[in-house]
Amino acid sequence: MSAAVSTEVGTELPALSVRLKRDDLVRYAGASLDFNPIHWNERTAREVGLPDVIAHGMLTMAVASRIVAEWIGDPGAIVEYGCRFGRPVVVPDDGEGALVEVTAKVTKAFDDGTVKVNINAAFDGKSVLTGAFARVRVS
Amino acid sequence: MPLDPAFIGRSYPPSQPYDVSREKIREFADAIGATSPAYRDADAAKALGHGDVIAPPTFAIVVSMKTNETVMFDPELELDYSRVVHGDQNFTHHRPITAGDQLVSTTHIDAITSRMGNDMVTVRTEISTVGGEPVTTAKSMLVVRGEDA
Repeated sequence: MSAAVSTEVGTELPALSVRLKRDDLVRYAGASLDFNPIHWNERTAREVGLPDVIAHGMLTMAVASRIVAEWIGDPGAIVEYGCRFGRPVVVPDDGEGALVEVTAKVTKAFDDGTVKVNINAAFDGKSVLTGAFARVRVS
Repeated sequence: MPLDPAFIGRSYPPSQPYDVSREKIREFADAIGATSPAYRDADAAKALGHGDVIAPPTFAIVVSMKTNETVMFDPELELDYSRVVHGDQNFTHHRPITAGDQLVSTTHIDAITSRMGNDMVTVRTEISTVGGEPVTTAKSMLVVRGEDA
C-alpha cells in the first residue's frame, strides 16, 4: 500500500495526457487480441458510418486507469473499475493522432477502507468515458 | 429481430484454462503505456505484497473476451455480431490477476433489454483459478444496434 499520497475526499490526482496514434491502436489490438478492423482500417470504419478509425474503448479505459495506478503506486489496490463508453476517440493517420486528457478526484470514502475515485477522460474537449470510476483500497 | 429474453440466466460452461504469463502482462502494459514496476518487475510486485507481477486492471478483458465470444457466437441466440457495440464495462477484482495464475471463466447472461430498437445484453464473466479461488468478475454490456437504429 502506498501511504505517500493523500487519499482524502476532494483530493485531485495528478493529471495525465496520453496521445494515441495509429501504431498505438495496432499495438493494443495485438496485446488485447481485439482485431476489430474499425480500430485500424479506415475503409471498414467509414463503411460502418464512423468518420475515421477509432480507438478501442477498452484502450481508452486502460489508458485512463493509469491515472489511478500511477497515483496510488500499487495498481493491485484498484479493486473495482468501471465506465460506460460514451463517445469514440477518433484517431486520424496524420502523425498527431488523438490527445486523451485524463483527470480524477477522490469523491467518497467507504467503511471498508476503500475510496471512490471519479475519472474523466476527454478528447476534443468532450468526455469520452461516462461515469468512469475506480474503487481503491487505501487502508 | 429482438433477442429472446428467455436467454436471461443462461450460463456457458467454463473455458479452457488461461495461463497468465509475465510476458503477456508486460506486453499489455506496454500497449497501454503503463509504467508501474508491479507490471514488470517481480521483486517490485513482491515488495507490494503480491506473489509475482500483477496485471493492469483491464487485463481481464483478454481472458473474458474469449468467453464472451461463446455468447456472441451462440447460434441459438441469433446475435448479429457485426452490429455489436461495447456499451459499458466493469471489473471487480477479488484479488489482482497475477503471473502464474491458471484462470478459468464462466459466462452468464444477466440481462437482455430492448430500447429504441436496440438490444442491450449484460454478460457477466466470473474468472477464478483452476482451484476455484475467485479472481475477477467482469461485466460487459453489449449493445446490438437495431436495423433502423
